[in-house]
Amino acid sequence: MKLDANIPSGPLAQKWEKHKFDLKLVNPANKRKFKVIVVGSGLAGSSAAATLAELGYNVKCFCYQDSPRRAHSIAAQGGINAAKNYQNDGDSVHRLFYDTIKGGDFRAREANVHRLAEVSGSIIDQCVAQGVPFAREYGGLLDNRSFGGAQVSRTFYARGQTGQQLLLGAYSALSRQIGLGKVEMYPRTEMLDVVMVKGHAKGIITRNMQTGKIERHAGDAVIMATGGYGNVFYLSTNAVGCNVTATFRAHKRGAAFANPCYTQIHPTCIPVSGDHQSKLTLMSESLRNDGRVWVPKNKADCGKAAHQISESDRDYYLERKYPSFGNLAPRDIASRAAKEVCDEGRGVGPGGLGVYLDFADAIQRLGEDMIRERYGNLFDMYERITGESAYKQPMRIFPAVHYTMGGLWVDYNLMSSMPGLFVLGEANFSDHGANRLGASALMQGLADGYFVIPYTIAHYFASEEKNCPSTDHPAFDEAEANVRGIVETLLKANGKRTVRSFHREVGKLVWENCGMARSKKSLSEALKRIPELRAEFWENVNVPGSGDDMNQALEYAGRVADYMEFAELLCTDALKREESCGGHFRVEHQFTDKDPEVKNGYTNEGEAKRNDDKFAYVAAWEYTGPNKKWKLHKEPLKYEEVKMSTRSYK
Amino acid sequence: MNLTLKVWRQKGAADPGHFETFQPKGIVEDMSFLEMLDVVNEELIEAGKEPIAFDHDCREGICGTCSLVINGKPHGGQKATTACQLHMRKFGKWDTITIEPWRAKAFPVVKDLVVDRSAFDRIIQKGGFVSVGTGGAPDANCLPISKEVSDEAMDAAQCIGCGACVAACKNASAMLFVSAKVSHMNLLPQGKPEADRRVKNMVRQMDEEGFGACTVTGSCEAVCPKEISLNFITKMNRDYGCAILKG
Repeated sequence: MKLDANIPSGPLAQKWEKHKFDLKLVNPANKRKFKVIVVGSGLAGSSAAATLAELGYNVKCFCYQDSPRRAHSIAAQGGINAAKNYQNDGDSVHRLFYDTIKGGDFRAREANVHRLAEVSGSIIDQCVAQGVPFAREYGGLLDNRSFGGAQVSRTFYARGQTGQQLLLGAYSALSRQIGLGKVEMYPRTEMLDVVMVKGHAKGIITRNMQTGKIERHAGDAVIMATGGYGNVFYLSTNAVGCNVTATFRAHKRGAAFANPCYTQIHPTCIPVSGDHQSKLTLMSESLRNDGRVWVPKNKADCGKAAHQISESDRDYYLERKYPSFGNLAPRDIASRAAKEVCDEGRGVGPGGLGVYLDFADAIQRLGEDMIRERYGNLFDMYERITGESAYKQPMRIFPAVHYTMGGLWVDYNLMSSMPGLFVLGEANFSDHGANRLGASALMQGLADGYFVIPYTIAHYFASEEKNCPSTDHPAFDEAEANVRGIVETLLKANGKRTVRSFHREVGKLVWENCGMARSKKSLSEALKRIPELRAEFWENVNVPGSGDDMNQALEYAGRVADYMEFAELLCTDALKREESCGGHFRVEHQFTDKDPEVKNGYTNEGEAKRNDDKFAYVAAWEYTGPNKKWKLHKEPLKYEEVKMSTRSYK
Repeated sequence: MNLTLKVWRQKGAADPGHFETFQPKGIVEDMSFLEMLDVVNEELIEAGKEPIAFDHDCREGICGTCSLVINGKPHGGQKATTACQLHMRKFGKWDTITIEPWRAKAFPVVKDLVVDRSAFDRIIQKGGFVSVGTGGAPDANCLPISKEVSDEAMDAAQCIGCGACVAACKNASAMLFVSAKVSHMNLLPQGKPEADRRVKNMVRQMDEEGFGACTVTGSCEAVCPKEISLNFITKMNRDYGCAILKG
């Protein structure tokens, strides 16, 4: 496998302009001769499908939900970044670029990130033109708020549901093209394999989740915008249906998977209430502005109600460990600190997996009304889920997985290592490095779909010999047989354990050994255990019903089967990357009081310690066969504009 | 908890369907309603039976996928709450709970509690958009929109397209959904040029899909998890009347 990132030459700020001119075009009359398959209908998928159809291509779009409007982009709350500088506070394309690179702990590809910042303004223009009701000021112009990792206000938002409003915008554009007959939409359909013809991705095999019918679709190119893999941990803030199947099956056909170990864990989620828990819910990080985080000093007090624990028996551990940042310590630090105190047995609530976020002081200082005004909707949501009032007793919070920076490897044109397969949005790896900044996921999904893929896919079409195979091609026979084989094997296993019990077990294994803190020991343990569990899965899974109608247990089984393999790749990558960066924290690699950076006060003890000499590369893994070790390919990260430095939060 | 569940089971659109009774074990008050159904399904699978099919995805009240009529009320009757955000502590320890799918001619049952809501998508495809292609948009601040208008459009845009309004209506009318979608676009200056076509085409499609007529009982507003106001129906009727008069 040869990885060429195809980064254009020239100064960073001019690469995209130059590249757009260098890219070949497809003439308008010829576009209708090309068929494009788009898998996924979130921000990236919908925007790509709509835009390509507007240009004249014939598009088929697939989603597993019952409507393209429901993809999990819809759940994003906070906002979308754009370098508009409407606030006159010093923002610029370069600043957004730099913040994103730095936020990603210097592990993203420079040229891609710069392009993202360049097109960010056009996204806002486009969304407003579509009728997205962003928040406005009384003068009628758009309002902005500030967000983590930035010192300027560049985040556009629509109440607490920016994701839904942006998705509805992209969905409306997509719906218009469906109505015009330019996009054929396939809801309740999941992609189960990619078809390769002469080394290029030329089709997919799908299963109609309503009728069970396995179908073939051929195209001139395949676009995957199928989201992240957070659900490998079983519990995450992802929708229950989010899965790694599309990307992982493409990976098995030859697309390299990059940086799977970069997973982001959000510190303020509602904790698990028991084994029945099916998903986790995020509480806005803004709560830490007024809440104080603590746990009991003594294990013995953990069972008591919060008000029975006296002030002197409480450990405000963030304030103690990070006096300068206190409760506003960065996401990764706050998450790991919560894990540490719970590991010591000082966690609160069911299972001891929670810490208090206490508003008593703030209520005393500001009054209950002020707190209600600031956080009322969040307190209501908390009460709906936990049945507890955070006005009367402290909230309980715990970190949870909510985004994955890794994904299929793509070049500057967003094409994977499998020619003809393009990957957009969270499903690719390219823009967020080892850590994503808030309000940047929506920006990336729409940048890829509206403003990058329309240019780069034309270049692919114009550069290659036109070849859209018939679905009778032997490659389709082979891929369909593969899919049927998987479905039949799952249905025939007739074992004793439910799919959910396997998912829960593999998720727990990955969370405990490859979650907030990872070590050689924990990862080796997971790598030993995962293949055993996988073998048991195939022998002992119980999938009732048939493949000939709607069978949700079967859909779920297929997804968990892929997690069983993907979990091993995730841990393999985490073991290989012997440094800490962003969302990947190896306990062996952290700053201690012996490091000069700590001595001179530049950074804190316990911060992630990168190793730029050895690990300034993208780890792209090649699949080599079932139960075989993956092969590592390295794409060196060469920074032309930015100097890699230690992230400091001081 | 010692619950008795009466759950609608239906193999497919052609099957007449029936209620099946379950007495699940291990249900605790901290579970969400859907987690309770997960437990029931685990029991069924372990007993070698087919689990209950139901729609769900985000489980945080925003995707609009979950669609259960619980004790006769879409989403279970808790104010501004989708079924996925409803928790078992809202029920009595010995309750009998009936669970049914959305019932409407325009939402045929696919299986058990899963219905086909593609009629909503087809209505949007007829006009629930601003006809603007990617790329030609002017600077976002070229078009000032008063905060009041923008906020009202946002009130309408909050609709999550779950279909509870249809399920609650004795006529299975989709007026609350369609009016929210029409109003979101028609209120904003970007949507004005196509306002008349939009309302006419979307209402026509709504009728073709087989949704019933609106008699303004307000049951839709009462169950809407996003509290979409009945006022949007008034507004859409006005838009529709004006569009028809203009020809």
